[in-house]
Amino acid sequence: MQLPKTQKSTPAPPHYPWTALASLATGLAAWWLVSRFSGLPAFILPSPGMVLNRFILALQDGSLLVHTVVTLEEISLGLLAGTLSATALGYLLAKSRLFERLLSPYLVAMQAIPIVAIAPLMVIWFGPGMFSKVLICALIVFFPVLVNTVVGVRAVPRSLHALMGSLRATRWQTLRLLELPASLPILLGGLRIGATLSVIGAVVGELVGANRGLGFLINVGRGQYDTALVFVAVFTLVALALALYSLVSFFEHRLLAWQEWRE
Amino acid sequence: MTDDTLDPVLVVQDLDATFPNENGGLRALRGVSFSVTPRQFVCILGPSGSGKSTLLRVLAGVLKPTRGLVHFAGGIPRIGFVFQQSNLMPWRTVLDNITLPLELEGMNRESAYPRAQELIDLVGLQGFERAWPRDLSGGMAQRVAIARALVHDPDILLLDEPFGSLDALTRERMGSELLRIWQVRQKTVLMVTHSISEALYLSDQVLVLTQRPGSIKMRLNVELPRPRIEEMRYTADFGRQVRQLKDAIE
Repeated sequence: MQLPKTQKSTPAPPHYPWTALASLATGLAAWWLVSRFSGLPAFILPSPGMVLNRFILALQDGSLLVHTVVTLEEISLGLLAGTLSATALGYLLAKSRLFERLLSPYLVAMQAIPIVAIAPLMVIWFGPGMFSKVLICALIVFFPVLVNTVVGVRAVPRSLHALMGSLRATRWQTLRLLELPASLPILLGGLRIGATLSVIGAVVGELVGANRGLGFLINVGRGQYDTALVFVAVFTLVALALALYSLVSFFEHRLLAWQEWRE
Repeated sequence: MTDDTLDPVLVVQDLDATFPNENGGLRALRGVSFSVTPRQFVCILGPSGSGKSTLLRVLAGVLKPTRGLVHFAGGIPRIGFVFQQSNLMPWRTVLDNITLPLELEGMNRESAYPRAQELIDLVGLQGFERAWPRDLSGGMAQRVAIARALVHDPDILLLDEPFGSLDALTRERMGSELLRIWQVRQKTVLMVTHSISEALYLSDQVLVLTQRPGSIKMRLNVELPRPRIEEMRYTADFGRQVRQLKDAIE
């Protein structure tokens, strides 16, 4: 997985499937060797085979699917709510300096709060159900998307605004035909970061207090010394995060064909 | 040709423009008045920072004047604007850049294609319809910008140093090209330029602005016959008028 180092959108480099596979195989082999010869008990480090068996078991009894779907729902709803509210507010902030001055103290304070620290509060206030997780996801997604929206909308060239003005474009036309496409690269960069963060948000919420979801599954596995189950849940989360990240990258490539030269 | 018997298509009266900045405000224009008759080609000359671009932007309705009057015969005009840089949308192909003014008038993009194609033929960019702006040379990009400025059949064409970013040879070629297009399209044109000979070669009327805040220092009717040909640039009469304008600018 490519780590989102900057908030700027850079298309993913070309894939090298064989080297990636070889690297994964080496990692698996090393894991197997350690679990086989280190003498560590299975509740500390289960072998790859045990994790695979646990995975199959969890698939067969349906529990994995149920919890994955719950987490996926929290992630999607949280990402959606966070992105929509952040782009809407970000647009207003980008367009009005007064609005920005009024709100920035709150926004800076909000960014300074570690979401992990207020997750328990969310669960206390909104209960162990899905809503508190969606809220945590939305909060964690909110800031990077907001910042990228402001940066993106402010980066629209003034000369293109003048062009739209000379053609008597309406506000809505300017938004749709100029501001949205011009800021899309930076906007999608924010969404890509938000997508990975939303997975963290959901799991943190579930770890703090939940009765369903992959974070809940991790808690269950830990409580029962079923470490293989913890591994299964963790790998499923990695797969979810990767899938989400790839989905956003896919849209970036489709929508930003015009700037493909940016290697 | 200048024809004073025609009613003016544009009247500018006593125009002032001041813009807010750190130290109280920047006065860009002061008491600018002139008028333009239909299908006239007008060039605006002046030293750097004399408010030439500001004047065009006020005429385009992009900037609001502080005082004064801009009156177009027949109400709010359709405007074609060509900027110093091509100012194309990098996420649109050549063809889709040219359709933009039509889309803003409510036409959908596909039905605007035939019209855009006509303009592509006019500026000689056949074969580049699907190219991205990043793949064009400066001269080609500027021709796309000219096509975009003409596609919606504007009442008035405003050109802000359209060839400023081009090399001298391309610049002369584009000038002749523009003249050809103007003769075909019969538009009223206002063009800001730095080049005195370009101004004389192209226009019916030359306005010279003073140093900022810009006001009109000199108004010259160019009496060269139409159609203009390259050789006119090298006649004694042409040279005399170049001299006259040069003295006015300095």
